[in-house]
Amino acid sequence: MNWISIWAIYRFEMSRTFRTIAQSVVSPVISTALYFVVFGSAIGSRIESVEGIGYGAFIVPGLIMLTVLQQAVSNASFGIYFPKFIGTIYELLTAPMSFLEVVAGYVGAAATKAVMIALIILLTASFFVDLRIAHPVWMVAFLLLTAVSFSLLGFIIGIWARNFEQLQLVPLLMITPLVFLGGAFYSSTMLPPFWAAVTRFNPVLYLISGFRWSFYDMAEVPVAISLLAIGVFLAACLGIVWWIFRTGWRIRQ
Amino acid sequence: MSPIVSVENLSKSYASGTVALANVSLDIEAGEILALLGPNGAGKTTLISIICGLVMPTSGRVIVGGHDTVKDYRAARSLIGLVPQEISIEVFETVMNSVRFTRGLFGKRPDDAYLEQVLQSLSLWDKRDARNMELSGGMKRRVLIAKALSHGPRILFLDEPTAGVDVNLRRDMWQLVRRLRDDGVTIILTTHYIEEAEEMADRIGVIDKGRVMLVEDKERLMRQLGRKQLRMELQEPLAAVPDSVTGRGLSLAEEGRVLIYDYDTQAERTGITRLIADLAQAGVSVRDLDSRQSSLEDVFLSLVEERGS
Ligand SMILES: Nc1ncnc2c1ncn2[C@@H]1O[C@H](COP(=O)(O)OP(=O)(O)OP(=O)(O)O)[C@@H](O)[C@H]1O
Ligand SMILES: [Mg+2]
Repeated sequence: MNWISIWAIYRFEMSRTFRTIAQSVVSPVISTALYFVVFGSAIGSRIESVEGIGYGAFIVPGLIMLTVLQQAVSNASFGIYFPKFIGTIYELLTAPMSFLEVVAGYVGAAATKAVMIALIILLTASFFVDLRIAHPVWMVAFLLLTAVSFSLLGFIIGIWARNFEQLQLVPLLMITPLVFLGGAFYSSTMLPPFWAAVTRFNPVLYLISGFRWSFYDMAEVPVAISLLAIGVFLAACLGIVWWIFRTGWRIRQ
Repeated sequence: MSPIVSVENLSKSYASGTVALANVSLDIEAGEILALLGPNGAGKTTLISIICGLVMPTSGRVIVGGHDTVKDYRAARSLIGLVPQEISIEVFETVMNSVRFTRGLFGKRPDDAYLEQVLQSLSLWDKRDARNMELSGGMKRRVLIAKALSHGPRILFLDEPTAGVDVNLRRDMWQLVRRLRDDGVTIILTTHYIEEAEEMADRIGVIDKGRVMLVEDKERLMRQLGRKQLRMELQEPLAAVPDSVTGRGLSLAEEGRVLIYDYDTQAERTGITRLIADLAQAGVSVRDLDSRQSSLEDVFLSLVEERGS
């Protein structure tokens, strides 16, 4: 591994993040605060509790996942799309780096930013609700795994996208619905059996369930299955990245 | 000595079907300045892009410093610096940071002293903290050169480095290129300015329609083709070249009103003084003189036209 090169990309991407730190952090924090006001206080006050947990606290893991997924995908996709768009990608392609090293730099930076924002939201949430974290190590593990795998997905999207519309469409059409339908704001036990079964096909459900388990020690699906789901997703993304690397798809003519 | 870059039977067809290179072979010697000339769309950028790893060849291969550019890309690419034809630059970054970034990408440890030297040599040191978007076009191009030099490449590709660059800056660049060559860097540049190739290059390659038409030592090319013509407009038309001066490469044109003398600029003596004296003796008086040198441009145009037809 060529660590100096990976570090160069990582640092470059992180400095881009810190240049726009205000908008990077302020907007997720504000939107999270809004979710708490609307779901936690307004609606949550009418919902006693979900599986013995106050509704406000119940939605925290889902909210964090929502942000992590959005941030990971948008940071990584933008990170690689932008050099493609302005043409500076020529440097990445002529550098003595393997494609996996390039990926490591971009995905590492995108995942770092997503995790940073997740932690900030966790901190914000702790002002609104009474948080418990039953399995802190697993919590961090879920957070990291999710951030990395969705940054990989974002990287693939950034390579695939031919214009800014495509770049924004996928997160909007894919991530947000999957998270909302993945039990971010409810437990699938609250759904009629048919819909509860349908949501089992939503991969994000497994993420949120596992992540929520690390907080409250309760899960809709066994934790091992959650981990397996992330593992499979991660492997699929790595496979696609490897294929892009082999074929030069959309980057090398 | 084996060439530092060896292009072997390289062909490239783009997905659109365009054949950009057709079986190109070319050797580039270590330490030389090679100028690639050719009309728009000839395939110059494609050739450079394949050598540098931006474009995949359809067939053929490239060896750089003994390393195959596909199989052993790490070793091959770390020898190369590329200044692309299009100005593409991270607009929000500062000059210094962009140069540091490139050095890092090439796996070299930070060395700000070396980077200072590079920026100084390109008159960019004062601009090191400016953002790239605040720079003029010519400065941006120099930043690209600085980036390409940031990792100390042994081979530098300059794809039209002086397009849109003012005269002073162009001279500065020529100087820089010579200095780099003196340091042992091999330089390949493309240009549409023939005088640039004439001024700079050790060897000249002409590419047209994806084929290498000619690669020749510049001096030899100039000697072969660097002939000069002296046109003498005569007071009185002549029916024939006077006997006393025949056999010296003289010919009559424009119904005997113009006498043309072809001579070799590289020869020890051009013979002009004697010719004028001899003509005066023969009673031929000259009204006006005009001389012109065939330039690379002529060579280039005649080559391209010849094969094109
Ligand atoms: N990405 C691409 N996809 C399809 N065709 C391409 C691509 N890049 C170049 N070509 C075609 O390949 C041919 C060679 O182009 P190239 O850019 O190598 O020429 P060039 O000699 O650099 O020209 P110029 O002097 O204008 O820079 C042209 O016909 C061009 O249209
Ligand atoms: Mg070109």
